[in-house]
Amino acid sequence: MNAPLACKPADYKSEIKPIWCPGCGDYHVLMSFTRAFAQLGLPPEQIAVISGIGCSSRIPAYTNCYGFHGVHGRSLALAAGLKVTRPDLTVVVASGDGDGYSIGGNHFLHACRRNIDMTYVVMDNHIYGMTKGQPSPTTEPEFDTALSPGGTGVRPFHPLVVALASGANFIARCFSGEVNETADVLAEAIRHPGFSFVEILSPCVTFRPDEKNWKDQVHPASVGATADQGKAARRLMTDDGFNIGILYRGGRTPYRPAVAATNIDLSELEKDFEL
Amino acid sequence: MTMAASPSISIAVVGSGGSGALTTGNSLLETACAAGWHGLLTRTLGPQIRGGEAAALIRLAAHPVECLPDQFDLLIGIDWLNAHRFGAEIKVGPQSLVISDPRGGEPPPMVAQSGARVVEIPMKDMAKSIPDGRPNMIALGIASRLLGFTAELVFAPIEKKLADKGPAAIEASRAAINVGFGAAATVEFDRHLAEPRPSTARRWLLSGNEAVALGAIRGGVRFAAAYPITPATEILEWLAPNLVKVGGVLLQAEDELAAINMIIGSSFGGTPSITATSGPGLSLMIEALGLATASEIPIVVVDVMRGGPSTGIPTKSEQTDLNIAIYGMHGDAPHLVLAPQSVSDCLFTTQWATYLAESLQAPAIVLSDQFMGQARVAIERPADVAFIGQRCTATEITGDYKRYAMTADGVSPMSIPGKRGGQYTADGLTHSERGLPTSGATDHLAQLDKRRDKLDGFNFGDHWASVEGTGEFAILTWGSLTSAAREAIERAAVDGIDVRLVAPRLLLPTLPEQLTAALKGVKRILVIEQTHGGQFHKYLRAHYDLPGSVRALNRPGPLPITAGEIHRAIADWRS
Repeated sequence: MNAPLACKPADYKSEIKPIWCPGCGDYHVLMSFTRAFAQLGLPPEQIAVISGIGCSSRIPAYTNCYGFHGVHGRSLALAAGLKVTRPDLTVVVASGDGDGYSIGGNHFLHACRRNIDMTYVVMDNHIYGMTKGQPSPTTEPEFDTALSPGGTGVRPFHPLVVALASGANFIARCFSGEVNETADVLAEAIRHPGFSFVEILSPCVTFRPDEKNWKDQVHPASVGATADQGKAARRLMTDDGFNIGILYRGGRTPYRPAVAATNIDLSELEKDFEL
Repeated sequence: MTMAASPSISIAVVGSGGSGALTTGNSLLETACAAGWHGLLTRTLGPQIRGGEAAALIRLAAHPVECLPDQFDLLIGIDWLNAHRFGAEIKVGPQSLVISDPRGGEPPPMVAQSGARVVEIPMKDMAKSIPDGRPNMIALGIASRLLGFTAELVFAPIEKKLADKGPAAIEASRAAINVGFGAAATVEFDRHLAEPRPSTARRWLLSGNEAVALGAIRGGVRFAAAYPITPATEILEWLAPNLVKVGGVLLQAEDELAAINMIIGSSFGGTPSITATSGPGLSLMIEALGLATASEIPIVVVDVMRGGPSTGIPTKSEQTDLNIAIYGMHGDAPHLVLAPQSVSDCLFTTQWATYLAESLQAPAIVLSDQFMGQARVAIERPADVAFIGQRCTATEITGDYKRYAMTADGVSPMSIPGKRGGQYTADGLTHSERGLPTSGATDHLAQLDKRRDKLDGFNFGDHWASVEGTGEFAILTWGSLTSAAREAIERAAVDGIDVRLVAPRLLLPTLPEQLTAALKGVKRILVIEQTHGGQFHKYLRAHYDLPGSVRALNRPGPLPITAGEIHRAIADWRS
């Protein structure tokens, strides 16, 4: 009955015109989203795109899927509640480096650990864009901003290493400019059981014009994905941050809540209390 | 000597944390209730798990009781090591009997000051004479004998409790109870309970926290997100195994921020959802309560209030989360706030809150408190009521779906993920009828009006308050204090004073017309609440016109406001 009506990327786009800055990498990420959905042939009403606050978090409303644009930093928790009660849905969470790694950092750890079957996409531009250029957990220590004159002096956070240590079951890095390659990785991340983490380097051309050079810095990973956590750890710890591809593909069983064999009558519950 | 039967007898069992005072108290309660009496047990304890102070406060009666006594008839100190810390919470008088172990330290000064009769029984030494004997079981034997319970009656609940510890443990307890029985044989205690009224009603023994949990399931809740916090954890621990039995799910969250966002997510997916917390957790949940309000996602948040602010007194009761529950959110954020009035009402009110949240697509905060949350009470089985979540969902979708469409009652059909053609993005941003973000004045006003009017226009029926009596003197109170107020009103009636009770169960939205009608003809109003700052009084002043003259009786926790105090306040004002 629910044969997919839409298998073209355009069928997953809403009629709303995105209001990102011209040249923003997130336009490409949106294209990769819709291409991945089309590739998987998922009916749009069976997909939920959940986000928090920030430029990247605008993405749900630009899709033709169900969406939730919630509060800052809590998208993973909201998505977890949805997925455990609606395992039939495909749940994709969209975030950015401020929303996901700073205010939402604790939820990131626990979502990786919990390993619910969902896909977490972080559009990392190493800056808070929506609030006009403050340093994020992935901003380089010497990067000068109004809030951090002369730079933060603080070492950036390494999200892929954190994801691996916390138990994510699939880890990849993409570059927004490579729309088709990113779509392929997203499709694979969605297909992979458990918690899949995809970091997409998505330049902020307004507050980080230097990131226009990312297209020349990124390079495909020289070796394929490993299932060995030790190897993955060494690889992630030593890579240059521009290594693109699927870097880790784990075999952990996704978390699924216990389900009763048969539902009992409510009056059965009262027996605890009877005198 | 003839002994007049007492309508109720109150017993406090005190010991240092880990001494088993609560086990003694619970066994007494279970014994009495199994034999047909009614009873209430509340606990008061320090923050430590071991080595602090613990007391079981029990009131047994021939009739239903849901509040503490003015003072205790019998106080048993298994030891007095830390009893001074809560001496003020356990009042005894010249008529009281105190059982003290000479090896358990000095009774707190309040015992000597009270003029109570002190009888020394060496419970610790007696316990030593029994292999694996424990002083708290000696205390149980003493109390049972003084109350006139047979040993067999007392053994039954203990055997049930120790069933999985083996026959040796049961035997040790039996022996200790028997020794306690013997030790109390020569102690005079001139009170005994009136025979229970014969009743064929099915009766339950449960806590307010358990009642909240069952009420939620009865109301249709099938998902809970849990982050542990005293004194709300029992709600979540009861839901964990029981939700699964009815096809539901409980997920432990990493913090309260996650817990409330999880239930917003599950409810967005169509599942009625709940979380339970206490003051500090509610503070963390406030931002997302605003999200649920703006995005019109029904959720239920139970706040079992404890002493505040900050960490405050986690183990003791207060009514001081009223302000944050009503006014905590930024922006204009109409939502539901409800408060149960007793342990049995915890079931009804939570079920009703679930129904209202679902019907009105709004968050509901249920304000319980530590007193009723952790009190165990014998009640008649609450009747089944028809309040089962009725969410208005979008079934027929033609053309462009408008999630926040203007409707006559302000409730818009909600499309549930999976429904083809009903895709929308739920948003905390100000939005249009279609759910698209906007910063325009017209849409902002229209959606603010809609969210206000759907609550204000709803017919809440008679459940909005307890309104009892017709006197010109009225007590205005809320929450667990309602039971103490009701008992005070009964005592005032004996003095010939007719006092009306008005206790709102629905605190938000406010219902000015209904309150005005409930207070019609009233000349004096006594406002009673367990706060330091008079939060309830100020709430009343802000939202209602109060007729006649008004006085306030308010005090912060942890000292309970007793029926005796309220009775005195009524009598004093009248003279």
